Amino acid sequence: MTPRPYAAAKRTLSFADKLLEINWGMVLLIALIGAAGIAMLYSVAGGQFHPWALRQMGHFVLGLTVLVMAAMIDIRVWMSLAYTAYAVALMLLVAVELVGHMGMGAQRWISIGPLELQPSELMKIALVLALARFLHGKSMEEVSKPLPLAIALAMIGIPAVLVFLQPNLGTTLIIIMDGCALLFLAGLSWWWIGPTLLGIAAAIPLAWQFVLHDYQKARVETFLDPAADALGKGWNITQAKIAIGSGGTAGKGFLEGTQSRLNFLPEKQTDFIWTSFCEEFGFVGALALLILFATVIFYGVQTAMSARSHFGRLVAMGVILNFFFYIMINGMMVMGLIPVVGIPMPLLSYGGSAMLTVMLGFGILMSVHIHRQVEIPRSAGGII
Amino acid sequence: MPLFDKKDKSRYATFTRRAVGMGGGMAAVFAVLAGRLYQLQIRDGKDYLVDAEANRVSQWLIAPLRGRIVDRFGVELANNRRNYRVLLVAEQATEGVEQALDQIGKVIHLTDQRKKKVLRDIAANKKFVPVPVAENLSWEDFSRVNLHLPYLPGVQPDIGETRDYPFGNELVHVLGYVASVSPEEKAADSDPLFGLPGYRTGKRGIEKEYDKQVRGKAGASRVEVNAYGRIIRELGMEPGQPGEDIYLTLDRQLQEFVAGKLGEESAACVVMDVNNGDVIALSSTPGFDPNWFNDGLSGAQWRELTNNDHKPLLNKVMGGAYPPGSTFKTAVAMAAVEAGIATPDYRVHCGGAFFFGGRAFHCWRKGGHGSMDVQSALQHSCNVFFCETARRLGIDRIEQMARKLGMGAPTGIELPGERGGLIPSREWKQKTYKWAWQQGDTISVGIGQGYVTVTPLQLVQMMARVASGKVVSPRLVHSVGGRLMPRDAPALLDVSEKSLEVVRAGLDKVVNQPGGTAYPERITEPGFEMAGKTGTAQVRRFSKEERARGLTKNANLEWKMRDHALFAGYAPVINPRYAIVNIIEHGAIGHPQVVMARDILHFCQQRDPARLPNAYPLTSAAAAPPRKQSRTQPVPPKAGG
Repeated sequence: MTPRPYAAAKRTLSFADKLLEINWGMVLLIALIGAAGIAMLYSVAGGQFHPWALRQMGHFVLGLTVLVMAAMIDIRVWMSLAYTAYAVALMLLVAVELVGHMGMGAQRWISIGPLELQPSELMKIALVLALARFLHGKSMEEVSKPLPLAIALAMIGIPAVLVFLQPNLGTTLIIIMDGCALLFLAGLSWWWIGPTLLGIAAAIPLAWQFVLHDYQKARVETFLDPAADALGKGWNITQAKIAIGSGGTAGKGFLEGTQSRLNFLPEKQTDFIWTSFCEEFGFVGALALLILFATVIFYGVQTAMSARSHFGRLVAMGVILNFFFYIMINGMMVMGLIPVVGIPMPLLSYGGSAMLTVMLGFGILMSVHIHRQVEIPRSAGGII
Repeated sequence: MPLFDKKDKSRYATFTRRAVGMGGGMAAVFAVLAGRLYQLQIRDGKDYLVDAEANRVSQWLIAPLRGRIVDRFGVELANNRRNYRVLLVAEQATEGVEQALDQIGKVIHLTDQRKKKVLRDIAANKKFVPVPVAENLSWEDFSRVNLHLPYLPGVQPDIGETRDYPFGNELVHVLGYVASVSPEEKAADSDPLFGLPGYRTGKRGIEKEYDKQVRGKAGASRVEVNAYGRIIRELGMEPGQPGEDIYLTLDRQLQEFVAGKLGEESAACVVMDVNNGDVIALSSTPGFDPNWFNDGLSGAQWRELTNNDHKPLLNKVMGGAYPPGSTFKTAVAMAAVEAGIATPDYRVHCGGAFFFGGRAFHCWRKGGHGSMDVQSALQHSCNVFFCETARRLGIDRIEQMARKLGMGAPTGIELPGERGGLIPSREWKQKTYKWAWQQGDTISVGIGQGYVTVTPLQLVQMMARVASGKVVSPRLVHSVGGRLMPRDAPALLDVSEKSLEVVRAGLDKVVNQPGGTAYPERITEPGFEMAGKTGTAQVRRFSKEERARGLTKNANLEWKMRDHALFAGYAPVINPRYAIVNIIEHGAIGHPQVVMARDILHFCQQRDPARLPNAYPLTSAAAAPPRKQSRTQPVPPKAGG
């Protein structure tokens, strides 16, 4: 009789224990950010709950439910589900390539009944789970060996290519960065990391020439010189900077943002919601929101550090890095620090799919927090 | 095998180290984000705020109502009428623009050309900008559109204001007209109104001369616009100022009478108050309807105006310079009397021609007039007398008197495009022809031929000065916006009263003594008698051979070859009040110009507009209710960013 895997838990927790163990402070911070997002959606709709704010409330409540439910699930269960989740997400990605319909000039969505699903969003979580489970079973030496490394890279690379083909550059970048970060945290040797970084630096010109789509190139070119085409492709960046800048120190006040209300901001309810927030609440408000984000991330890193299982540690970091990359790319994009890539601001931007994945991620993070005392032997994950 | 080994410990340590490093990296990124926020919002915030305002705020000009132009009794000669328009908003035309145009076409008449223009306009504008489909609709058509409105999606009826000239071509040479702003005018005037699409500015006449005053000041409406240029709300309004009203000295009733008399002739006529220079009627025919230019001139209309040999575009009163012919003898007679040449005893024998330097100056009467003094010479318009008298006077004294009487320089009437005519002098000839003045030149000038040219306006000015003995000049504008135009009391003419009396008596005889050239056309009603001088301006010189064939008879010539017929005079003979000049181009068959002048002067004296008590009702104009402003097109939306 083979021993059940994951039987080495130090202690088991009742449902009530788990509820109490949730880091409610962190949930409160998340709720605050979510509320700010809903308020902004109310504002950019011209002071109306329709069409975004009310539905986003629904998304958020659903998201909170998902968060708590995910938190209740034992970390070992998540671990056992990891590969399945990955396989399902991968299949959905392939399905989207075959039947997905176009949205915003790119194939990203798949309809399952009434549910509009973005498999690439799901993949971010699934990849974190699967990679964490895979790396959990590898010692540092093993991680740096060619075969396991190749497998890990394939796990990252296959969905990355599929997402890139949709095409969705932003999510591709996040998948790659997230995956590589996990490899790094798992102790990948600097002998691999150093040459790879050099290789990437050398590959950028080649990617420019052969890989990027025209619209992606246009975004980069526009970024490098937005003023050259201020009414065309540079419009988004220019208007976003005007929105943020015109907010000044204290902002124009809630519902007083002219840039978004008068439609000078593109995609004001999704990718550029942060600019509206900066416009209406100014430097003070924007900084406060950044601090909220940073605190959530701090809690996330703390959770990762305090977990006793390697799987838990990696999952927590993966989730929180995912969250961080969203904020970094979106924030830098709308403030004109990097080219425009289609990435929403987590918790702020309108969208059910993104909201649910982010909350699911936090739920799993919370599960790591609740089960931080659970220890899982290295061999337990060693299916491969 | 133990649950945890050394390998686990080492990877835990590595994980912690690297996770902390990543936390540091994340903190650094957050610092960059915060720094960028500081840069954009604190350091450059003011600049971006300016940009945001520029994005948001757009100015819509409000065209002021153009000032009215009224006659001395307040009759509106140029005003503003309602412009019933039909606009189409492309985005609201749910069944498509072409379908909408077809629907409108079933209600009011729309040419295919018009439809094409509308489609072009719609293509050139944003989809929510109303584009005019039809303008200046009749009330019936406009009502019909309103009635069908429920079935015409995207159609907007609109009532604007546009310039109107109720009396059409009767006053066009005084008022001028308004038309679209030319690029040159736009370059020369920074008034933002000139940038308004469809704005009309004054061309010619009072409309041009007083454009700045009647134009008014543009109002502006500051509006908030969205990224597509659509107006969201009004932020503030500056009402602007309507244009000022202008009172002219004209009497519309007399003007109408004069225009009726001139009829289809190519002719000009001015009636003027001899005591103060007020122009009471000023007519040049043919005219044209100034409303054509406001509505947009068709090619056919333009060709009609430019190809017409009666020159409807020319204000002949001041834009036409003619040889004055015998009317100039008035000035020569005055010069001769004033110079002491034409004393009561001074007589010249007329034998039918005056020979000088091998050249014959023919008198119009073949047998000659016999012995003439200055008054009978005026009465009979004897050429020989004036040839001889001019020879004795010399050009200098003739020139001096002509200038005293107001010829040789523009009169200064408040209309653009006035010509100065020409009173020749020795220096002038030397300069122009590099040839010395000849006595033969003087003799030609003595009978109003040769180099001398005058405008009808100068002739009426001369008659007014002779009649009143004052240096009067024609004036058209009485007041602008309630401010009276400054006008000095006219100085006394620098001519002795005795000389004036002699010449006036001569002019009296022309009309009122049997044998006078205008005796058949005199005014017979006692107290209304007129005085004056007839004239015939040769259009061409006749050769001996033509003279022999009898071709000097105007009736035998084609219209363009006939002489101009002139009459300059005043009435009544005792205490004159009105001076008149009347010229009919190529009309010297009989004395039609004298008949017209007689009828006009007779009517004018009966009506006596200069003495009617109800002139210039300025106070009632000031008490008129304020007029509403009309909204017009916006300034083209500015580029964002």
